[in-house]
Amino acid sequence: MFPIRLLLVAFAALQLVLMPALAQAARLFTDAAGRSVEIPDRVERVLAAGPPASVLLYVVSPEKMVGWVRSPSDAEKQFLAEPYRDLPETGRLTGRGNTANIEMVLSMKPDIIIDVGTIDPTYASLADRVQEQTGIPYVLIDGAFLRTPETLREVAGLLGVEARGEELASYAERTMAWQKETVADIAPEDRPKVYYGRGPDGLETGSAGSINMEILDVVGAHNVAALAGSGGLSNVSIEQVLGWNPDVILTLSPEFQKSVKTDPTWANLKAVKDARVYRAPTLPFGWFDSPPGVNRLMSVTWLTEILYPGKAEFDMGERTREFYRLFYQVELTQEQIDQLLADSAIK
Amino acid sequence: MSKSGALPEAGSRAGRSLFPVLLPPLLLAVVVILALSAGKYDVSLSDMARVVWSRLTGTPSGLDATIETVVWNVRLPRVLAGLLVGASLATAGCVYQGLFRNPLVSPDILGVSAGASLGAVGGIFLSLPVLAIQGMAFAGGLAAVALVYAIGSMVRGRDPVLVLVLAGVAVGALVGACISLLKVLADPYNQLPAITFWLLGSLASITRADAASILPAMLLGLVPMVLLRWRMNLMTLDEEEARALGIETGRLRLVLVSAATLMTAAAVSVSGIIGWVGLVMPHIARSLVGPDFGRLLPASLMLGGGYMVGVDALARTIAGIEVPLGILTAVIGAPFFLWLLVSGRRGWQ
Repeated sequence: MFPIRLLLVAFAALQLVLMPALAQAARLFTDAAGRSVEIPDRVERVLAAGPPASVLLYVVSPEKMVGWVRSPSDAEKQFLAEPYRDLPETGRLTGRGNTANIEMVLSMKPDIIIDVGTIDPTYASLADRVQEQTGIPYVLIDGAFLRTPETLREVAGLLGVEARGEELASYAERTMAWQKETVADIAPEDRPKVYYGRGPDGLETGSAGSINMEILDVVGAHNVAALAGSGGLSNVSIEQVLGWNPDVILTLSPEFQKSVKTDPTWANLKAVKDARVYRAPTLPFGWFDSPPGVNRLMSVTWLTEILYPGKAEFDMGERTREFYRLFYQVELTQEQIDQLLADSAIK
Repeated sequence: MSKSGALPEAGSRAGRSLFPVLLPPLLLAVVVILALSAGKYDVSLSDMARVVWSRLTGTPSGLDATIETVVWNVRLPRVLAGLLVGASLATAGCVYQGLFRNPLVSPDILGVSAGASLGAVGGIFLSLPVLAIQGMAFAGGLAAVALVYAIGSMVRGRDPVLVLVLAGVAVGALVGACISLLKVLADPYNQLPAITFWLLGSLASITRADAASILPAMLLGLVPMVLLRWRMNLMTLDEEEARALGIETGRLRLVLVSAATLMTAAAVSVSGIIGWVGLVMPHIARSLVGPDFGRLLPASLMLGGGYMVGVDALARTIAGIEVPLGILTAVIGAPFFLWLLVSGRRGWQ
C-alpha cells in the first residue's frame, strides 16, 4: 500500500514540475462538452473520430488529415481531390462500436483527434477515455447544423487555417440567409409536407428532433413523421404514410425511388401523383444526411429548388459546381453535374 | 381425428368437452375482424366489405381511391400475412417440439432464423432490392438448417436428436458472428439502421405478393405434417420404442424437419425475426387440446395465426410509429410462458 501511495505522490510532483513546460507549447481549448483540452500550438496531423468529423476535416484542411474513417469508394473518389482521396482508412473511434485500433491510431501520430456530432455525457466520457489512453488531445465539436458557420470557424481556428474557415463560414452564412429570405413570405400552412423514406422499402423515417431530419427544419418544411413523436429513426407503416399524404417524398435510395412510381400502394399519394419524389445526391457525401455533417449545406440550396419551385431563379448546376469547388476542391465536369442531379432535380 | 384413438389418454380428454377444440377458431375469427377494423387510416368495416366485394365482382365500389388502396393493398395483405406467418411459426414450433420431445424448443432451434438473418443482412449490406433481400433470407434459412442436418448425419453412434441440437447451437453461433461482422462493416447511417430494423421483425411493408409468395411454402410444409400426423405422435416416444413400432425415425425426421424449416424460412423471409410465437403457441395449444398431433396441429395453427394478427394490430396502432413485432412478441410471450411454467399447467404429458 505504502509504495503505491509514494509512487503516486512522486508522479503528481513530476506533473507539477512538467506542467509549466507543457503550457508553453500548448493552449487550452474548451470544447463543446465543456472539457478543457490542451492543444499544441501548431496542429499538423489530425485524426477524425467519425464520418461527420472526416467531412469537416476534409473541407477545412485536407492536408492535415491522417486518414479517412472509411476509405472512400471508387464512386466517391471521383468527387474528391487528389491526393487526399487515397489516404488510408483509420476506422471509427467512438460512437456505435469502435473499429479503430488504438495502436494504429498512435502509430499515425496525430496531434489531435476531432469528433463532431451530438454532445452528451456518453461522448464526453468516451473522449476522456481515449485521451487518457492515448495521450492525444481529443476535442468534441457540436455538429448541430444551424451552428455550421461557427463550427467551421472554430475548427479552422483550432487547425490554424483561419482564412479558409472564414471563406467557408461566410459561404454557409450567405446560403442560409438567402434561403431564409427566399421563403420568408410563405405562410407555415403553405409549406410542403415532406416524407423522408429510408431503408430498402422506404418505410424507415426520422421522427421530430432526429438528426437525420434537421435540414427540413432549417429550410422551413414540415416533416410529416414529426407527428409520430420525437426521437431517432423508426419504422412506419404504409397506411400511416397514406394518412399523412405528403406533398413531397425524399429518399437516398434509387431503388425505392423507382419502385414508388410503379407500386400501386403508393400511387394515390399526392407526392407520387405530382411526380415529386426526389433522391438526394450522395456523392461524395450525402446532401441530405449520411453522414450528418457540413456536407448537408448543399441541401439548403437544393431543397429550396425542389420544395419551393419558382421561388428563386437560379442555376442548380452552377450552384453545385460552386459548392464542390469551394468545399471539396474539385472541378466538376458537366457530366458529373448531370450525374449528381439526375434523379434529384425538377425537370 | 379418429386416428387419435391410438393415444387413449388424448381421446378421453377430448371426450370431456368440445370447448377447448372450438376455442382456437373462435378466437381467430374475433381477432381477424378486430384487426381488419383497426388501423391508422380510418376505414369502417362496411367500407372494408364494399371494397372486397367490388374487387371480387369487378364492379366499382364508389369509394375514395386511397380507401381502396388501404383495404386492398395494405390492410388485407397485412392481416393475411400475419395469419400465415403466425400459423407457420406455430405449426413449425409444434413439429419441432414433438421431434425433439421437448416443449421448450422453438422453430429456430436448428438455426433457421439465424441463417435467414444472415441472408437478409447480406442483402441489405449489398444494397439489394427488397425482393432479393427476402430471397436471400429464405435461402439463408434453408442453408443453415441443411448445414446443421449434414453435420448431424455425419455423427454416428450418439443420440441423433441431441447431435442435431448441438450442431444447431454451433452453426447458429457461427452465423451470428458473421452477422455481427457485417454490422460492423455496414454504413452506420443507412445500412445499420435497416439491418437493426430487419432483425427486429415487422410486417409494415408487407405486400399482396409477399403474402402470396409464402402461401405455397406454407402449404407445401403442411401437407407432410397432416399426412404424417399419426406417426408424428409416435415420434414423441423414445427413439428405440418408435423403431420397435416399425417407424423409420431417421427418414421421418428428415421429412418433418424439412417441412417445418420450409415454413419457418418462408415466414421469416418476409417478416424478419419474430421470436416466441413458435414456442408459446404450441404450448398453449397443447394445454387446450392435449398432445395428440392430429388435434394439436390445427389448434397451434389457428392460435399462432390469431396471435400474430392480434400482435400486429397492436404494433400498428399503439403508437405513431411501428413497434417492431419481435419486441412485442417477446414482451407478451416471455412473461406468459413463465406464468405457464410456474403455474404448472398441463404441459408435455
